[in-house]
Amino acid sequence: MNTTRNVRALLLAALLAAPLAAAQDTVIRGGTVLTVTEGTLAPGAILIRDGKIAEVGASVTVPDDAEVIDAAGMFVMPGIIDAHSHIAAESINEGTVAVSSMTGTADVVDPYDINIYRELAGGVTTSNILHGSANPIGGLNVIIKHRWGADAAGLVLEGAPPGIKFALGENPKRSRGMPPGVERRYPATRMGVQDVIRQAFIEAEAYRQEFADYEAAQARGERVLPPRRDMKLEPLVEILEGKRLVHAHCYRQDEILQLLRVAEEFGFRIATLQHVLEGYKVANEIAAHGAGASTFSDWWAYKVEAYDAIPHNAALMTERGILVSINSDSAEEARHLNQEAAKTVKWGGMTEGQALRMITINPAIQLGIGDRIGSIEVGKDADLAIFDRHPLSTYAVNQMTFVDGEMLFSRERDQAMREAMAAERAELEERLSESDAAGRGPGRRGGPRRGPREGARR
Amino acid sequence: MTRVARSAFGIALALSGGSAFAGGQEQESWLITNARIHTLVEGAAPIESGSLLIRDGRIVEIGADIAAPAGAAVIDAAGMDVYPGMMDSVSQLGLTEIGAISATVDTVELGEMNPHLRAATAIHPASEHLPVARANGITHAVVAPGRLGGFGGGGSGISGQASIVHLDGWTVEEMDIEASAGMVLTWPTLSTRSFNPATFQAERRSFREAREEYDRQVAELGEVLDAARRYASVGEVGARERDIRLAALGPVVAGEMPLLILAQGAREIRGAVEFTAEQGVRMILLGGSEAWKVKELLVEHGIPVILGPTQRLPGEEDEAYDQPFATPGELHDAGVTVAFATFGSSNSRLLPYEAGHAVGYGLPQEAAIRAITAVPAQLFGLAEDFGTLEEGKVANLIVVNGDPLEIRTQVEHVFVNGVPVSLDNRHQRLYEKYRSRPQPER
Repeated sequence: MNTTRNVRALLLAALLAAPLAAAQDTVIRGGTVLTVTEGTLAPGAILIRDGKIAEVGASVTVPDDAEVIDAAGMFVMPGIIDAHSHIAAESINEGTVAVSSMTGTADVVDPYDINIYRELAGGVTTSNILHGSANPIGGLNVIIKHRWGADAAGLVLEGAPPGIKFALGENPKRSRGMPPGVERRYPATRMGVQDVIRQAFIEAEAYRQEFADYEAAQARGERVLPPRRDMKLEPLVEILEGKRLVHAHCYRQDEILQLLRVAEEFGFRIATLQHVLEGYKVANEIAAHGAGASTFSDWWAYKVEAYDAIPHNAALMTERGILVSINSDSAEEARHLNQEAAKTVKWGGMTEGQALRMITINPAIQLGIGDRIGSIEVGKDADLAIFDRHPLSTYAVNQMTFVDGEMLFSRERDQAMREAMAAERAELEERLSESDAAGRGPGRRGGPRRGPREGARR
Repeated sequence: MTRVARSAFGIALALSGGSAFAGGQEQESWLITNARIHTLVEGAAPIESGSLLIRDGRIVEIGADIAAPAGAAVIDAAGMDVYPGMMDSVSQLGLTEIGAISATVDTVELGEMNPHLRAATAIHPASEHLPVARANGITHAVVAPGRLGGFGGGGSGISGQASIVHLDGWTVEEMDIEASAGMVLTWPTLSTRSFNPATFQAERRSFREAREEYDRQVAELGEVLDAARRYASVGEVGARERDIRLAALGPVVAGEMPLLILAQGAREIRGAVEFTAEQGVRMILLGGSEAWKVKELLVEHGIPVILGPTQRLPGEEDEAYDQPFATPGELHDAGVTVAFATFGSSNSRLLPYEAGHAVGYGLPQEAAIRAITAVPAQLFGLAEDFGTLEEGKVANLIVVNGDPLEIRTQVEHVFVNGVPVSLDNRHQRLYEKYRSRPQPER
């Protein structure tokens, strides 16, 4: 355990001592730049200043003191955006109630989760950290940037529109695998799921009316007590007012339609349908409603509501005019979202440009941050991934990832750190065996603690 | 009989070359022309513009220029590549349909000692998973019983015999390649943590307790093999002494059938290698997440590894982020024989990408392709009939428009057991159905 901590501390220290400070300009040149929104530049160059993309073109200004990165033979793309993730958080499925909008993942962000770094290594720079899917109306989300080394507050993408998780189908009706002794909870059918959502918005409308009445009374100069705040209903009022994005986990076409209709009844729009594996069956309706769709590339058959899932889903929905992203919902899958996007080329005939959009600008737009990230354009955050081959190739390996202009992952540096870690580990193990040989407890008094001490993790 | 019926599938195939399969009549030979033929014979370069003739289920001729025999259907594969069909060397194809619906799942029997059970018994030829895998070039597969996804917490024991099947056939008997191809053994896990499914609680125990439990399980396995040896030595047994469990282990103790041992941790792998060496039985390691830590041992004992999904998370927080991607290359470099498998069913079609993902991290591309074709055929003693494109071998092969390990490559034709099979499948049908749904004016 001590070894692991020290190793982690060393890793952190090495990262914090990264040579590229944000204050210094950086130029990436010599490679192919896949801007996603403004075509492909081959060769292309990017000037990064103050964490932003300052210039993009066949060539750019190279300031005297700039760090110049030679990307010859490589492909620079916008940092990958994962619209459905559960990393950097723990225990985020408040399943005891059917409506858990009083909870939120922002409260439990864990900046030490190694998956932040592992995904960074796969080119991911932004993730939408969603609540679990146990409730028709779930908890609030938080969007993080993979600023590995920052604390919990530092990871949060400041200014992103707030969102919330909804869930339909098997998970909120709790069809499977309830632990022994756990009581059934309403709802247990898709009818009940729809009812829970409707009831909650009926309550939210009444709650909003209470405040409106209160404010009107105040405006009339009456002395009235304010209504009691309700943290469950406040986010729902924000949804009604178009200030909070709904990200709804769903599978089957019937439940998708029902949600769209409930939203329309209450006058709001669903921002994204998540997973939406049968979205291709109701693509006309989704397009008409104006919801985005964020889907897996090709998972199917793990449960009955995923039996009609097809890998052409993303392509079919795109053809019908829906804004589509490919998400991971998995710390593992997120490490190769570039490959997952390539599957839309294979199954459904998307162009390479369309495929890349599904893991960059499309999720950015869906999350309401398309003006800041998701493409390589002047003025946008310098979130970039540099692959050694075209990122849609199975063989492509990400070499560097930049977040806000800082190189937070470099394959070369990672490999150097491994050697340092292996050396330290060997040294620690040697000390351990020495102290064992000296008849003392294993390691406790084996020598002075080295390196900065990291705070307790959990 | 089956040939007539199966070739009817072939008619539905869209042929790029303008020629067509003879409709309705019995088709016995096919000639693929103008293709880049990757025989995967070791040391052999691809034939740049070659032909390949298939007759009576076998490859009968490969060459630069072969005249089409009378009655042969010609497939002009100009600009395309021909490879041996891919073999998922551990899967659960046909044993499971919908993971969460236990009524559709026949992977795990009760009890810890089931050597007499055989996967082929329960392979469902009409499973929707088979055509899905086939359409992406998986032509045959090892189907293994057991809790193969159980990385550590899945219990241990012998779950039964793995069967190798063609991914096409009206019945499982027609699909049969080798019904008893290996004995699946989930190696005990030495762990102080366990999950009790009855209480849904994680449980902890001391290392000493864990060690004792592990040693007991290993000792029991040894006793079972000893009993199988004694049983085999008796020869003929009377009706009342007959024991089909012990009889099933006969080929294992005779060294004829490999133990397919699922083990992930270095300690467990070491234990399994020592056990099989002591017992004098053949072993193929399945899973092998930490095989990279014991590669010298695997080389020393000549133990091949069928790697679990490459696309996995590292096992430990301080393990290199790319260790699962790099493990195949590291093992290959050390001289360990490596094959890939999906260990699943719905994801069997992703086999080429599990192999391809390792290429960026050090596995030579040719080794990656061989690891899903020639190598597994060798491991299971099928090299005479499968794994490479050679005259006389069973015609399980694919025609693709590029590198099969690249996701963007399309599979154009698939031959299973000498006949072209339909690439239609549940997903394609749903795609076409809903793509034809009228779209409102926007």
